[in-house]
Amino acid sequence: MFIAFATFLLIVAGALVTSNDAGLSVPDWPTSFGSIYKIPRMVGGVRFEHSHRMVAELVGLLTVTLAIWLARSEKRRWVKILGWLAVGTVVLQGVLGGLTVLYFLPAAISTAHAAVAQTFFCLAFALALFTGKRWIEEVPQVEFDDRHPTLFTLTMVSVAVLYVQLILGGMFRHHGLSWWPHVINAPTVAFVLGWTAVRALTAYSKVDAIRRPAVIMLSLLITQLCLGFVAFLTRIAWGKDAVQPELPMVIATVSHVAVGALLLAITVVLAIQVRRHVPVRFEERVPAGERETIAA
Amino acid sequence: MNRNQWAAIFLASMLALGMLTGCSKKENTNEEQGTSPSSEVKPAGSSAPIDPATAAKISGTVSFDGTAPKPSKIDMSQDAACKGNNTSETMVVDSGKLANVFVYVKDGMGDRSFEVPKDSVTIDQKGCQYHPHVLGVMTNQNIEIRNDDDTTHNIHPTPKDNREWNESQPPKAAALEKQFTREEVMLPVKCNQHPWMKMYLNVSKTPFFAVTGSDGKYEIKGLPPGDYTLAFVHEKLGEQTQKVTLAAKDSKTVDQAFKQ
Repeated sequence: MFIAFATFLLIVAGALVTSNDAGLSVPDWPTSFGSIYKIPRMVGGVRFEHSHRMVAELVGLLTVTLAIWLARSEKRRWVKILGWLAVGTVVLQGVLGGLTVLYFLPAAISTAHAAVAQTFFCLAFALALFTGKRWIEEVPQVEFDDRHPTLFTLTMVSVAVLYVQLILGGMFRHHGLSWWPHVINAPTVAFVLGWTAVRALTAYSKVDAIRRPAVIMLSLLITQLCLGFVAFLTRIAWGKDAVQPELPMVIATVSHVAVGALLLAITVVLAIQVRRHVPVRFEERVPAGERETIAA
Repeated sequence: MNRNQWAAIFLASMLALGMLTGCSKKENTNEEQGTSPSSEVKPAGSSAPIDPATAAKISGTVSFDGTAPKPSKIDMSQDAACKGNNTSETMVVDSGKLANVFVYVKDGMGDRSFEVPKDSVTIDQKGCQYHPHVLGVMTNQNIEIRNDDDTTHNIHPTPKDNREWNESQPPKAAALEKQFTREEVMLPVKCNQHPWMKMYLNVSKTPFFAVTGSDGKYEIKGLPPGDYTLAFVHEKLGEQTQKVTLAAKDSKTVDQAFKQ
């Protein structure tokens, strides 16, 4: 959980770099002004960029430590693999961060950096869930899902539309696309997530592991829509001719990124919990053609 | 494949990635030092030389019609070493006269080529602002970039047609020497450490350009007789053009007005 929290701080630090237009204030990588350990004078854009690098180093170190700890003490092989996958993701993320500096922030690389950051955040959240006491010790409360589409399908579609939204938002923030694809996709995201939350809360409100993330997801969705509107006003409507990044725009856009990351992570958690607590009946998985053969 | 083989493949991939990154940086360095072989300026005199006895002159005033917007305030509090003029230079209008307009001969020079001046032009970083805010320079002409502030700046041109680079310059560091090889108008230069710091470079193949002063005035001398398109470019208000015909020894006044 500590790694998930540190990753959240890292996402906020990264968002501060972009919102303050400080991405290239430290022009070199992997060194900072030629040094690998010396802390530069933390003024202007440097305080955002170098702080981001320092938090990233801490998260990288924590992730390697976690993977080693899991390799030594964890009995479930798939959790050990997940630990090493987290290390691979954090390494990839560092390389993308470096490449975006060396190639002067190309939109595709910067957006990939933003998307991998949130993927890593989801991994950290999932690892916290899988290694938690409740997951290990509880006897899952199971309720079968007979509806179409299934709740699991809805959660997976929710994760997919959130990823699309994340990429569209990243491309806009990094000057690769206009703002309107991100804004136009927002009602789709709201509809799919709203449908998922309503289904989860009406059909499985007795299952704590489903109800809690569903309520949080719905609350975050409403918050995110409001923040998106404020970010639009401060950045596009009022701030397009600003001579420098203005504080209201920075607060609104950084909050929008941070809440977006939380929303994606909690949706992933909901999908995991639905997979565990709301299985689809076995009969539902049998293709129609084969059902008759079985009946015969 | 065993574990050791996988580890060897992973290390080789990371090494290849590192080399790729190193190569790209080296390429930039060559461009920064002006050693690129793709110089576009032909030797001077590939067409008829300009006779100083018949050379003409264009001068004029650029004005702004309407109420000029109030200059935006800059918040320099994020760096205590920044103690400069804290107003934006995007729109500098004094008594209806518009400063920082780049005026140049856009068309009419044919295939004439011109000798690159030996003198450098200077960009000074002082009070956490660039001086001047708009600058004209010839292709391959040397630009000397100085830092007179007690803080580190980074100079980051973001061109469309030239090579991009980004270098930091600590206080009291030696001046950077740079050249741009291709023509480009309103090439933005910024400092990512101080996000309000912006200026515009204009890279021209000919020496026939000027930037309007605070009185809106400009002057372009030494033009051979001919028909020209004169362009007036402002960072926010865009480009306007005028056709001008110059006879020998002409001295024409060409004024231009911008609107919001």
